Parts: sequence; structure tokens; C-alpha cells
Amino acid sequence: MSEHIEGESEVGSETAIGCDTDVQEPEGRRNFLSGAVALAVGALATLAPIGVAITTVLDPLRRSTKSNGMVLVTRLSAVPEDGSPRKFTVSADRTDAWATYTDTPVGAVYLRRVGDDVLALNVVCPHAGCFVGVADDGARFACPCHRSSFDLDGVVNDPASPSPRDMDELEVEVRNEDEVWVRFQNFLPGRDEKTPV
Amino acid sequence: MRDMLDWLDHRTGYRALLKGALYERIPGGARWRYIWGSTLVFAMVVQLITGLVLWSAYSANAQGAWESVWFIQNQMAGGWLLRGIHHYMAQVTIVLLVLHLMQVLIDGAYRAPREVNFWFGLILLLLVLGLSLTGYLLPWDQKGYWATKVATSIASITPVIGPGLQQLLVGGPEYGHHTLTRFFVLHAGVLPAAVALLIVGHIYLFRRHGVTVPKSKKKRPDGYFWPEQVLKDGVASLVVMATVLGLVLWSGGAHLGAPADPTEPYAAARPEWYFLFLFQWLKYFPAGWEFLAAQVIPGLVLALVAAMPIIGGWKYGHRFNLGVGAALLAGVVMLTWVARVEDGADPAFVQAKAEAEAMAERASELASAPSGIPVGGGLAMMRTDPLTQGPKIFAANCSQCHRFEGHDGLGGEPSDAPSAADLAGFGSRAWLQGLLDPERVATDEYFGATEHVRGRMVRFVQRGVAAFEPDVREDLEKVIMAVSAEAGLPGQAEMDAAQEADIAQGRLLMSSEEINCTRCHTFREMTDGDAGPALTGWGSREWMLGMLHDPTDRSFYGNRNDRMPSFGADEILSDAEMGLVVDWLRGDWTSQHTPEP
Repeated sequence: MSEHIEGESEVGSETAIGCDTDVQEPEGRRNFLSGAVALAVGALATLAPIGVAITTVLDPLRRSTKSNGMVLVTRLSAVPEDGSPRKFTVSADRTDAWATYTDTPVGAVYLRRVGDDVLALNVVCPHAGCFVGVADDGARFACPCHRSSFDLDGVVNDPASPSPRDMDELEVEVRNEDEVWVRFQNFLPGRDEKTPV
Repeated sequence: MRDMLDWLDHRTGYRALLKGALYERIPGGARWRYIWGSTLVFAMVVQLITGLVLWSAYSANAQGAWESVWFIQNQMAGGWLLRGIHHYMAQVTIVLLVLHLMQVLIDGAYRAPREVNFWFGLILLLLVLGLSLTGYLLPWDQKGYWATKVATSIASITPVIGPGLQQLLVGGPEYGHHTLTRFFVLHAGVLPAAVALLIVGHIYLFRRHGVTVPKSKKKRPDGYFWPEQVLKDGVASLVVMATVLGLVLWSGGAHLGAPADPTEPYAAARPEWYFLFLFQWLKYFPAGWEFLAAQVIPGLVLALVAAMPIIGGWKYGHRFNLGVGAALLAGVVMLTWVARVEDGADPAFVQAKAEAEAMAERASELASAPSGIPVGGGLAMMRTDPLTQGPKIFAANCSQCHRFEGHDGLGGEPSDAPSAADLAGFGSRAWLQGLLDPERVATDEYFGATEHVRGRMVRFVQRGVAAFEPDVREDLEKVIMAVSAEAGLPGQAEMDAAQEADIAQGRLLMSSEEINCTRCHTFREMTDGDAGPALTGWGSREWMLGMLHDPTDRSFYGNRNDRMPSFGADEILSDAEMGLVVDWLRGDWTSQHTPEP
């Protein structure tokens, strides 16, 4: 009877071995080698999934906006003759990951007449990427986020303006007398120089 | 039962584990001031429960995110409450975290040997902020879209790695499907896993070191975690939950803006309130300081906070830390307050908020309508909505000459005086009554500022109509009904149907001797004259599209046209745009309520 109880308690102490804090650490070169090999084998085994995972995570770095061809934005007659800016939506073909959209709105530009030419400015603020608006008096561009301010040519007109550069001017062409074509591009915000996205 | 539990304990040792967890000795006994950590664990559990269920109904792509969130919010049983709890618990968590951190600072609970646990806590704070930031974008509404654009722009200004970093976050060069899939995996996978791991580590280290007992309270007898402290923690958690439920009920649930649209300005773009101080902070730095302002200085402040356990060991170190903590808190509160006050005092921002709210309501109204959300998603729904797009097209293309109820369609006032008719209610009986009113026909409302003021129509109204006898006047009313019925306005449909007899009579009266519209205008088979615009189908969708397409056509103004551009023939507006502005002017749009006649 008593033997039986002893036996039970032994089993109990065996199962509790995990909680034992006095585990003796094995020493010696042999153990060091086994340890090194164990680590190497483990690393090798996990390297494959981690490597593949990182490759796929980094995939967006390979992506770039497809050709920035000229797109027809509007007719010259729609651009106000008095030189005030007007917002136009730019539609183009766009591929977003798995989906391809034809003639979909991709952004917006301000167009205004300067003499006989047309000036095209991307509406995105070069400071932090907000949508720049036209101030109430119509005499300047004003960003609603951090108070960047630009004159109607898109040039920073206030020393306190946080924008590091002028509004992004886009290449524009008037074709067949009244078609306004724009090379629509976005640029990285927050830097002095225009860097296409 | 007892045997079974004995068996389980023998195989798992759960009793020792439970005992260790529950019968933790608390020097000086249970206290209300120890509840903060537990309330945070509770908050995380709530976020896990609500988050998982939200996940089960959420679709992370640019054509499904807003749509699925709208569906959760407006169609699913309890969805608004679920999303509301998740939304407001996130905000309450931030408050609890700050309170927890403040208490640790005040009690000096970061000092040796608790340094590592302080750092764990600090990392947890950053992870929770990361969860908030990523969660803000997921509904893919205007608010989240534009606020997050600023956040990723800030990432892009990091020297050297910035552009790559932004591209990795955004999932490509532009915002799109992969922005959502990536933000979602951060929000629902990576960050919660990290939070869970760190909470385990945080609690383990906390148990290892025990609570930090204020010196003055050490004399009280010791207590145990179970049940005294657990009771207090439970009560505190209940208060937290009640607060969150109260917030949800008071606010009517989490807000959902209009679907994200990169081509529509959103002047009300602001981060969540707990990031407002950073938003305000950025305003004070001129060009060239972005990196310093947005990354270096916040980074240094964070480093200083992280160094507090070390500094706390120096002479006066603890006081220094308290000073820094108080100064930071005061700074954050002040910047947040200034941001709020500035926005509240800025009429442009207040108006932008109101417009955003109107767009949000319209989007929800359209989605709830029988037509529902089309395959193209919420954005396509908004872009084909006359009520949303019509006023914008009108303001941009028509308001140089025309007005709508005296304004430019969007409520603004163009700098130039009107030089053509006010088109509000065009096609309606009221509009025609005004046109045929000798007092009004030559005002700015109608032909006042046009070449037509010297034309035959104005002369007819001012001389002919003015001299009508009462019985002819009655006939004229019937003619007005008849011409207006040509428009087939949805808002007049019931009235037109009810007065079919009068309208039929009016049609005949159009060529009566006194009124005689058909002397100048063509009407159906009566084609005596074509000096003025055709009255067949006058004001109907087809008629208006024709007028917009080419007013110089013979069936409209012909060579008498005064400045009205040929929007269609000259390709100034697309067919879709003309359709939208016409439908808007005719009051022909999807509505929850049938338009009042």
C-alpha cells in the first residue's frame, strides 16, 4: 500500500520537472558543438519561409506608375479666360494591383490661362499630400491642412508656408487649337526637389 | 467532479498555475490605484472580441472597404454598436494608457529593477498608437484617406529610406488595394500579435517585481489579488465599458465619411484627436524643417522618456522626470487645444466639415436606396449621383453666367454679376410663372442681363401679358401647366397627372389668338415659327441635353444664341457630366423621400 503511494508521488515529481529551477547546464565542447549545429539547422530551416516572406513584402518596391503619357484633360474653352484657376479631374487608365481601370479618375489638376499658355498644377500639396484649395478671395492657393500658401502661379508666397517647394507644375500642351493635354504625375511630398512617385 | 479536476491537475498542474495567478500577495492590500493595468488588459480583450467580428464582415480592398463598413454600420444586426465600441474603446485605451504612464511616473515605478518593464510599456503605447493609425484608414472614407496620406507622407521624408518606406507602407507608388491589405495585416495581425506578446512580458515582469507601494501606505496589512483586487479591477472595467457604451450612444456610433476619392478635395482632413497635437506641431515649422519637426524632435522626446528609468536613478532625477512628464503633457494638451480652437474659428474649416458631413449622409442615403451600391462601389455611386456632382459641374461651368437660387450651385457667390437666367426650378410651373411675369422677365433672374432683354419674348411679356384680361390670364395659367408638363419633372409628376384635362386644354391654348406661343416657338405639330427655342419637350431631359449640346442649333436659339457655349458639340463637358447637371437641375435623383411637388 505504502509502496504504491510512493510510486505515485515519484510520477508526480517527474511531471513537475519543468518547474525545477535547479537544472544543471551541461558543459563541454561536445555540447557547444551540438548547440551550434542545432542553431544552424534551425536557422537554415526557417530561412526559406522568412526569405520568401521578405521578398513578397518588398514587392511594392518593384512597382512604379505605368507610362506617364499625355492625357486629354479638357477643352481650352473650359479654362476661364480671366486667368482664374479651375479644378479638372484627370482620367486615365490605371492598374491597381490586380484590377485594371480604363479611363478612371486618377487625380486632379488646376488649369489656368497665363497669356496664351495654360498652366497646369497638381492639386496635391508638396508639403504633406493634402488637397490644396483656392482661397476664398480666389487670389491664391491655400492648403487646408498645415497652412501652405501659394500664389496663382503655384509659387510659395509666404515665408511661414511649410511647403518645401512650389506646387508641382505639370507639362501641358494645347493640341488641335483647343485640346488641353497634361502629363499627369504625382511627386513625393516633403522634399525640395520634384521626385516623381 | 472533484476526481475529474484532480485528474486534470495531475496531468496539467493547473491548480498551481491558478494559485500563482490569483493568490499573488499585494503588500499593503488591494487598492483602487492599482486598477489601471487591468483596465487596459480589459480594453484589449474588448478590442480583440469586437475586432474579430468586424474582421468577419470586412473586406480589405479599395472597392470593398467602405462598402463593407457601411454594411456593418447600417445593415448588420448590432453592427453600429459593435463598430462604435471598437472605435470608442480605441480612444479610451489611449486615455487609459496615458493615465497608466502618468501613475508609473508619479510613483517612480520605473526605477530599478523595473526599467525593462517600463520600456515594455512604452513600446505597448507606441503599438497602440500604431493600431489607431492603421485602423483609421480601414473604412476607406474621405476622412481616413486624407489623414493617412499625411501620415505616410511624413514617413516618406525620412532621409534615404523614406521613399522606399512609404512605398512599402502604401503597397505601391499610389494608394490602392494593397494599401488596404497591408494596413489591415498590420492592424489585425502584426500589431495585435506584438501587443499580446508584450502584454504577457509586461505582466510577467510586473509579477516578478510586484506592485510599487507608496511609502506612506506600507503599514496596512497585506492582501491578495483574488478576490479583493480582482473585484476592484472588475468594477473599474465595468466603468470603462459603461463609459464606452455611453460614448457610442451619445454620438450615435462611429462616424463613416463619404467613400475615399483622390480627385475630390477634402478640406476637413484632420487626424484623430489624440494625434492633433502632432498635426498642430507641424504647422509651426517652415519649409525645410519637415524631417526635424516630424521625426527627429518626436524621436528625441521619445528617447528622453525611454531614458527616464536611468535618469530616475540620479540625484533629483525623479523630479526631473516628473517635470519632463508634466511639461510634455501640458504641451500636448495645449497643442491639441490650439488646434481645436483654430479650426473652430476658421469658417473655411467649419464649412468643410459641414460639406463632408453632407457628403457622408448622401453616400449613406444612396447606399440605402433600392438601387443600392453598384458593382463599381461607393465611389462609382457618388460619381454618378446628380445631387452630388450636379452642383459642382454647375459651379465650374455654368455659374459664370447662370445662378441657382442666386448662388453658384454650391452656395458660393461668383465675383461677376449674373448674365443669364437663374436655373433653380427650371422647367417648373413656378419658373415659367416668373418668366411670364412682366415685373420679373427683364430682371437678373431671367433675361435681364442677356441680349434677349431686347428680344421679342421680353416685349411680349412686358406689353402683351401685362395687358391680358382676367380670362386670358386664366388661359395663360393652363398654358404654363402645359409647357411645364413637357418637362416631365419628377417633382411635378403627381400634379401633372392630376390636372391632365387642364394641361390638354393648355396645349390647345398655346396657339390661341392672344397667347399664341407657336407664332415664334414650334410645338409638336404646330410649327408656324422657329424664332425661339422649341417647346416640344421643353425642359425635359432630352431637351436640356440638346440645349447644352448645342444652343446654336435651330431648335434652340439658332443664330440668336447669346454667349451660351456648345458644351457638347465643343466637347467642353462629357455626355455623363451634362447628364448629371441636367438631372440635378430637374431634381431627378435618388431619394429616400419622394420629392414634394
